[in-house]
Amino acid sequence: MTSVPIGAAPAIGDAHDPHATSTGLDNKKIAIWAFIGSECMLFASLISTYLIYKGRSKVGPFPHEVWTDPMTGQHMKAILNIPVTSASTFVLLMSSLAMVLALAAVQHKNVPKRTTSERILGSSQLWLLMTAALGMTFLGFQAYEFTSFVHEGLSIRTNLFGSSFFTLTGFHGAHVTAGVIWLLTLFAIDRKRGLGPRDEVNVDIAALYWHFVDVVWIAIFTLVYLIQ
Amino acid sequence: MADHAPTHAASTEVAVDHHGAGVMHEHPTWSTYWKVAVILTAITAIEVWVYYIPNFVHSRAFVPLLLFMSAVKFAIVVLFYMHLKYDHRLFRALFTGPLIVAMVTITALLFLFGKLAARV
Repeated sequence: MTSVPIGAAPAIGDAHDPHATSTGLDNKKIAIWAFIGSECMLFASLISTYLIYKGRSKVGPFPHEVWTDPMTGQHMKAILNIPVTSASTFVLLMSSLAMVLALAAVQHKNVPKRTTSERILGSSQLWLLMTAALGMTFLGFQAYEFTSFVHEGLSIRTNLFGSSFFTLTGFHGAHVTAGVIWLLTLFAIDRKRGLGPRDEVNVDIAALYWHFVDVVWIAIFTLVYLIQ
Repeated sequence: MADHAPTHAASTEVAVDHHGAGVMHEHPTWSTYWKVAVILTAITAIEVWVYYIPNFVHSRAFVPLLLFMSAVKFAIVVLFYMHLKYDHRLFRALFTGPLIVAMVTITALLFLFGKLAARV
């Protein structure tokens, strides 16, 4: 990595610059990283709550084990649907790819595009819309999962697994929803006046938030869905 | 604001001055982003594949392997997609500091509630 000391270019550190900061770094980027840091601890508390309650539910349904209701004699299969969740995980990973391509397209907006592939890769509107669409697809998978769980007898009040599971994945889903709204707002701005290099930091902080939502899901997918 | 250098498909990284912040960084190119996506997909496919091997699921290696693969995916996204590998060290500190606190908290709570005691 090449890192030239902050004083090398005067832009943000310049005394005449109204946006000058003492660190030489953009305040919005510092704020989003601090926010992401705090979010790490929020999700750590939710994940640890899930892990502590795991295996302590008195009644089913259970995540990975079959359960027979002693009152009704009804058999309940393991409730987690790994194929569906794997598909939604893949969708969220691809949304991260679309997001970095959107950011790169904004950064290189002024670079001439000669070939069709360069024009596709350079279309920030396409990649922003693609990211939002993939995010909405993920939310669709989550809505399907939650609905099927409720139909199979697992609600947030059924047992400790239901409480901690719906709280953890519900919080994550709320973050994805906020991210989709943010992305659609950027898309609308891009449609209205066009996003360019001057908007890079605004797209960058949205991208950082979106990738954070992705890495949280990477942890949830392993800890909640795969580890039995 | 400094204009960005055009991308070069052949190279893996280009130098970018963030918003005239006075800090020159190397950035991954589009081809790097695609390669990272392929690696993430491959690791996810392996994770799901091992989940469906009953003998392996009951082995001692299952949980550590899944945790390792998850950590690799986490690190790849943070380093390349979130550009932490290329960004200012203050951003790294703002992320890794709370992340370490979070991981220590999870580990401590699991010990406190006896979730890890049986494995020690």
